[in-house]
Amino acid sequence: MSVVVNGLSKVYGVQRAVDNISFSVENGQILGFLGPNGAGKSTTMKMLACFIPPTSGTALVNGFDILQKSIEVRNSIGYLPENNPLYYDMYVREYLEFAARAFGLKKNIDRKIDDLIGLIGITPEKHKKIGTLSKGYKQRIGLAQALINDPKVLILDEPTSGLDPNQLVDIRQLIRDLGKEKIIIFSTHIMQEVQAVCDRVIIINKGKLVADDSMEQLKNKTLGQAQIEIEFLHPVEIIDIQQLEGVSSVVHVSGNLYRIEGGDGIELRKKLAWFVSEKSNAVTLMKEIDRSLEDIFHNLTQR
Amino acid sequence: MWSIFRKEVNGFFSSLIGYISMIVFFLVLGLNLWVFPGNIFDSLYATLESFFATAPWILMFLIPAITMRTLSDEFKSGTFELLATKPISDYSIVLGKFFACLFLWLVTWLPTLLYFVCIKSLNMPGAVMDGGATWGSYIGLFLLGAIFISIGIFASSVTNNQITSFLLGVVLCYLVYDAFFQISNLPVFSGRMDYFIQSLGIGSHYEAISRGVVDTRDLLYFFTVIAFFTIATNTVLEGRKW
Repeated sequence: MSVVVNGLSKVYGVQRAVDNISFSVENGQILGFLGPNGAGKSTTMKMLACFIPPTSGTALVNGFDILQKSIEVRNSIGYLPENNPLYYDMYVREYLEFAARAFGLKKNIDRKIDDLIGLIGITPEKHKKIGTLSKGYKQRIGLAQALINDPKVLILDEPTSGLDPNQLVDIRQLIRDLGKEKIIIFSTHIMQEVQAVCDRVIIINKGKLVADDSMEQLKNKTLGQAQIEIEFLHPVEIIDIQQLEGVSSVVHVSGNLYRIEGGDGIELRKKLAWFVSEKSNAVTLMKEIDRSLEDIFHNLTQR
Repeated sequence: MWSIFRKEVNGFFSSLIGYISMIVFFLVLGLNLWVFPGNIFDSLYATLESFFATAPWILMFLIPAITMRTLSDEFKSGTFELLATKPISDYSIVLGKFFACLFLWLVTWLPTLLYFVCIKSLNMPGAVMDGGATWGSYIGLFLLGAIFISIGIFASSVTNNQITSFLLGVVLCYLVYDAFFQISNLPVFSGRMDYFIQSLGIGSHYEAISRGVVDTRDLLYFFTVIAFFTIATNTVLEGRKW
């Protein structure tokens, strides 16, 4: 199982919705697809799911070309479109049966559906009409129809939008579990979600790929500057701190509280500890400020 | 294709759409044929001509009402994206929906054969009923319904609004059924183009079959029109890829 995207572009009129994107994903990776609204996330996913063809470039999904082997691609993926469209007047089982038949499955459909209903946690609702379900359960049905053919690649377009915090936790856990044996590409604009779920992040902005890294690398690469807030027991000279190795800037916040920036977090904390003991001072508070993905996202997409 | 067919047929009969459209069809045509003034008992002729003359005008409204949601609804609710990303070709989607509507039409059409049985049994002893014409008319009516279905689905494919789809369907059905005949009657065309223009419409072929002569040219006409609108629908669906 693999997804290899090569120079994928989609042009609407004069607007380049997706502009020459390339990346590849291998076994069992959960890939977070990040970008502001209108960045081209959905368009890219629609192309990978063979709903619309690219203007130029191509992609191989499980080794099948999305243009030449479109049916084979669609057979080997599960796709949850944005806004989770469903037939509201169908019953849960009826709908999953339809999805199974649409994939050309014939044998053991009933057993497959039962397994899936258990896996995805919709047992208490399995006899209801889809339209009467809560949003969280609808989302699960959407996931279930994407999983019915046991796809190797799962493409989920904003699977968590509009869910309450409890449902969010459940769906994320489900995605993490599924990600152990599948490639999952999923888009979102919630940063914490990416931190919580993904092994790897791709950020796109205005159709262009602006970052493609593992979570850790991304943090280091884009910032490379640790930020520490420290409060001393006794007053210190700001000059003394500035002279420490690796410190690039010191800002006096209030009282004995300082904000210090420097290259590497651990080194910086060590230096500060020695500094404190040399001066017979003491530390009342020290914390490294976690420069969250949100900052990175902001930096990359606001240019 | 059959997965779509099943879904649609289930949809017709698990909601009221299927039953209501059947009831409307029987009610209007049944009243017209058996009850209302000018009915078959008043005419004293053992013929279903009035039934076959009225039915197209009912179908012209009834069938677009059945087909109006087939694709419009999928576009509006976004479920078309689900269908199109399953390993099903666009043709299978169109044909699945076409055959599902055709199936509903078949089960609406079949019971009207009882009318023939009724009239035959009410016939004066020894009198002969024109069986050929009646059978021809039944076949013609079924094919007429099939054409209207292909037109209705086409109308449904060009818009995500069901009302627009319905109105467009009615207009197209009328155009294909009657307008060519009316146009051919314009004085400009008389004696030159009128026969050709008439033969473009369904009307002349429907009448030809109704006389009991099932000519391959007429059959070919019906299948050509169905194919034309099915291909047109598919082209509209493919349009998203341009």
